[in-house]
Amino acid sequence: MVDQTTDTLPQRPAASRPAKTGFLGLKGSDATLLIVVAILTMCAPFLLNPFPETSSLAQFNAGYPDLMQRFVIFGIFAIGFNILFGLTGYLSFGHAAFLGVGSYAAIWTMKLVTLNIIPAIILGMIVAGLFAVLVGYVSLRRSGIYFSILTLAFAQMSYALAYSVLTPITGGETGLQIKPTDRPILSNLQDGEIGRANLFGLDMRSSFELDMGGWLFTFNIGYYIAAVVMLISFYVAIRIFRSPFGMMLRAVKSNQQRMSYTGLSPKPYTLAAFVISGMYAGLAGGLMVAMDTQVGPERMFWTASGEVVLMVILGGVGTLIGPVLGAGMIKYMENILSKINDNVLHQWFAFMPDGIEDFLVTVIHPFIGKGWHLTLGIVFMAVVIFLPGGLVELGQRIGRLFGFGKKADDSAAAKTPAE
Amino acid sequence: MDAIILQILNGLDKGSAYALIALGLTLIFGTLGVVNFAHGALFMIGAFCAVTLQRILSLSHEVVDETRTDFLGNPMKVDVPYVYDWFGEAAGQAIINWSVPLAILFSIPVMILVGISMERGLIKHFYKRPHADQILVTFGLAIVLQEIVKAFYGANPIPTPAPAAFTGSFDFGVLLGFDPFTIIYPYWRLIYFVFAMVIIAGVFAFLQFTTFGMVVRAGMADRETVGLLGINIDKRFTLMFAIAACVAGVAGVMYAPIVAPNYHMGMDFLVLSFVVVVVGGMGSLPGAVLAGFLLGILQSFASMTAVLDVLPGINQIIIYLAAIIVLLTRPRGLMGRKGVMEE
Amino acid sequence: MSKSNFTRRGLLKTSAIAGAGLAVPTIFTGASWAGSHTGFTNAPEGSTVTLGFNVPQSGPYADEGADELRAYELAVEHLNGGGDGGMINTFSSQTLDGTGILGKQVEYVTGDTQTKSDAARASARSMIEKDGAIMITGGSSSGVAVAVQALCQEAGVIFMAGLTHSNDTTGKDRKANGFRHFFNSYMSGAALAPILANAYGTDRKAYHLTADYNWGYTTEQAVRESTEAVGWETVNTVLTPLTETDFSAYIAPVLNSGADVLVLNHYGGNMVNSLTNAVQFGLREAQANGQDFQIIVPLYSRLMARGAGENVKGIFGSTNWHWSLAQGFTTPDGTEVAPDPASAAFVKSFGEKYGFPPSQAAHTCYVQTLLYADAVNRAGSFNPCAVVEALEDFEFDGLGNGPTLYRGADHQCFKDVLVVRGKENPTSEFDLLEIVEVTPAAQVTYAPDHPNFGGAEASLGSCNPGA
Repeated sequence: MVDQTTDTLPQRPAASRPAKTGFLGLKGSDATLLIVVAILTMCAPFLLNPFPETSSLAQFNAGYPDLMQRFVIFGIFAIGFNILFGLTGYLSFGHAAFLGVGSYAAIWTMKLVTLNIIPAIILGMIVAGLFAVLVGYVSLRRSGIYFSILTLAFAQMSYALAYSVLTPITGGETGLQIKPTDRPILSNLQDGEIGRANLFGLDMRSSFELDMGGWLFTFNIGYYIAAVVMLISFYVAIRIFRSPFGMMLRAVKSNQQRMSYTGLSPKPYTLAAFVISGMYAGLAGGLMVAMDTQVGPERMFWTASGEVVLMVILGGVGTLIGPVLGAGMIKYMENILSKINDNVLHQWFAFMPDGIEDFLVTVIHPFIGKGWHLTLGIVFMAVVIFLPGGLVELGQRIGRLFGFGKKADDSAAAKTPAE
Repeated sequence: MDAIILQILNGLDKGSAYALIALGLTLIFGTLGVVNFAHGALFMIGAFCAVTLQRILSLSHEVVDETRTDFLGNPMKVDVPYVYDWFGEAAGQAIINWSVPLAILFSIPVMILVGISMERGLIKHFYKRPHADQILVTFGLAIVLQEIVKAFYGANPIPTPAPAAFTGSFDFGVLLGFDPFTIIYPYWRLIYFVFAMVIIAGVFAFLQFTTFGMVVRAGMADRETVGLLGINIDKRFTLMFAIAACVAGVAGVMYAPIVAPNYHMGMDFLVLSFVVVVVGGMGSLPGAVLAGFLLGILQSFASMTAVLDVLPGINQIIIYLAAIIVLLTRPRGLMGRKGVMEE
Repeated sequence: MSKSNFTRRGLLKTSAIAGAGLAVPTIFTGASWAGSHTGFTNAPEGSTVTLGFNVPQSGPYADEGADELRAYELAVEHLNGGGDGGMINTFSSQTLDGTGILGKQVEYVTGDTQTKSDAARASARSMIEKDGAIMITGGSSSGVAVAVQALCQEAGVIFMAGLTHSNDTTGKDRKANGFRHFFNSYMSGAALAPILANAYGTDRKAYHLTADYNWGYTTEQAVRESTEAVGWETVNTVLTPLTETDFSAYIAPVLNSGADVLVLNHYGGNMVNSLTNAVQFGLREAQANGQDFQIIVPLYSRLMARGAGENVKGIFGSTNWHWSLAQGFTTPDGTEVAPDPASAAFVKSFGEKYGFPPSQAAHTCYVQTLLYADAVNRAGSFNPCAVVEALEDFEFDGLGNGPTLYRGADHQCFKDVLVVRGKENPTSEFDLLEIVEVTPAAQVTYAPDHPNFGGAEASLGSCNPGA
């Protein structure tokens, strides 16, 4: 969705536009934010492909269906996680389990019932939600790091069992795919035809391509469906942030004791937030299956749970847009950096004298290709050290730099305080 | 019966590794209030100290052996370690053979250096930041450290055997009146256990009987007041971090012959060690040690065939299951105090 | 509903210069596009063709992945006419002449599978959607192979599997667009059993430790069934978690179990650690039932076995290929085996380029690339269905494993399997294994509908050209 380059961060247009009121029940700055995000997501195929195909920088283009889908799906996952972590301060270290459970539910729906993605996604949400009720009910009896470890324990157990003992249900290491022998009840596949995820006949993988000069823009059906779902999730998240319920959740974070002295039990509120964010994860899981019909257990490994934590913190905890930015950033690095190899480097620097070319390649080599983890680690550290508020803070600083000072603050107010 | 004794031994052995890592983590958390996700990386660096020393000791020059050919059919180049030249082949071999115990000496200055530069360079800026920030920055550091190790040593495990003198097994059963060969246990694992006990006892004695330790314990109980007393906490924090790094480091060195070191061994231990610390109770040193041994023993019992026949897959989840049960029955782990990391 | 799918960009790379001045956009859907032009996904136009090398670059198998990548780079060099040509010169099919594939220069893109099926598919999809790759190859685990193979089937490109040993890849999860050169669990078992019976006798009691996931299950089953057929008894089988690093709790009870053989159905780091632990517990020196205790590692990887150091000495296992084939060797019973010229050619070009001998993973990846290129040349088309047809039931020689058949019924290669043993006196750090026997292909061949391979239900489906 949102481009990584700073000039497309939401603050600027937001600031230059008069605040609207009452759009879909949102107050001015929120409505602006939603509209900006909507425009950016809809134009993502353009924004993410800034370099012509022929240029050597085309390597940095991210406007192909798979990555665009991942951006919005992990955006949903992170938005949901932020509802729990950003509002209540409860740090779940096992959210990937809900994503995984949602995915398994979705793929079984597709294998057995129908290849239409809507029932699969809905079932993914429901099953993940139910699992979240169970895990949340138990884990929320503790707080702080004890809560984190409880959620981690549940997730790791899900992963370990899915990988081994539950192989008949989960497919184990090799996971589940749709096979030629799968015959969902509500489908009319020909003999031997492999079922494909669709929305009333629209294949998730269909694309329209727009060839403009040296540029090629791909408009993928699956991406747009996922993007619309993401916008709805984003809208719902804004409503939750601004609702009395959201206030309650913030109260849980700032002072649970005071809350209980006033006669309110925080438990139902936090449990509700936990289940909602679990359902967001299930939704993301269902969408992942809808876009790419396969599930593997490592989707539930603790590193996957850790990844969503990193996305949210990297983007800006408690902000509306931050998690989406964080998700985009991590997925971009994972998918783009890891594909740059020495060969590509030599092409980039081919115009330089041999000595300098080789020197540059040697210097950059450790950070690309198999070294993309190193770059990721350095970026994490740099962001936390220099930008405690995450990427959103970067946006605000740049906004201020260009003189959008106060207003940028308001609208990036996407901004509920990070504390 | 013999099977149970064997698994208790295994459990103690596994437990001593868990306890050592958890001890270091708790030292840092208890004194500095920092959640250090790079602690596993320190353990890994320790193990690679053993690898490095082994490499240094076997630094070689090439000698062309005309009588043999290499895989390309050229005359074979044989690496002859310099120590062979200096001390003769037998003594040279013995030196390389003892690289793991020697690496303990080697690792201490290295780990102190690593610990001090980590604390001064990075961690000290995070004392007042939220735990989430600490987690993220140390996690980033852990990734960077392991990637650096990977760049130098590759991704495959590297064999670092214990000295030949310790490779055999000790017949434990005979002592207890069993038939010979019913309960035998490798010497090195027994050494590891004894070593762990010594380190643990050393850390406790240090905290109990030195002034420094007293201040640190006071700091663990009430950091603010100690600061108000005008005690230079900063310097002590740095030292404390270095000590914790050393504990992790020597634990890693000694562990190298048991599990061949690879660059991601720190991450493999990270989650487990946090579970251990939390089950023990945040900030409690005895709790960390107790939980380490408890989980080690439980894990060993869960991998017995008799248990697996009844509960297939229990070996996959026992640690986590135990953690859930402990945390639900004892809200702050085995020995945790109220109000620590509960916000 | 198979309207349109993956898009391709290879065309633009070459045609964009011509169209650069066009301000008027051209719009087409994937379907009409592919259909009207070529009829299959990512058809290469212009003077180049792009292959996708999807290997583990991070995670525990990163070194194996790096070796695979070296082999791919070498293969591309040879296909494009560089270097000394390697096994192109020894390959029985002589369509490769150093002019690329069908006269098109070979280019490649690389990606990181992370040994996770999600990441591997993401990487493969980006190669197909963004880079216009016509074929995907590589990988170092069966989970990834099955996941990426399924993706390639959907997308309509060819998948040439890298290192994957589980029966499932060409068993219950076989796909028409996927091909495996590497051997599998069943073959390991079938090759090992007679050698084991010969070396250790037929009155043996085996104890299995098995990695708790699909590959472990199929390997344990294969070794168990084949050794039971020669008279061995299986005392116990225990599943160990993949994430386990210290196997002491599983090894310690073995000695008192009544078993006299320990089979370690482990790979990679698991195998290094479990074998090291077993030797530490004195199993190699132990006696049981009046015989010497023995340890077996069904699947050896030389790269990984280095991690176990001295502990591999004397331990039997199987491997797909080993560089010492290039030099010839003497089996323990005194049979002289002459050097294999194909292996020699490969070891020479690889060794001269990189300074060390190739691993079995590197060999398989190199061979897969050549096989694909040759199949395209013989088919005269990049169309996946034409390639499938060219590869099915293709018989060839001169690629290091002797006469080989790419069986049409399940897309599995049938060739000789090497039974190896840890060498007692290694002369270099690469010289870890010695070949004990070259088990002829006939002995490891099975029916395509073998119950361990999905039975009669398993089906390739039909080839998918993607458009």
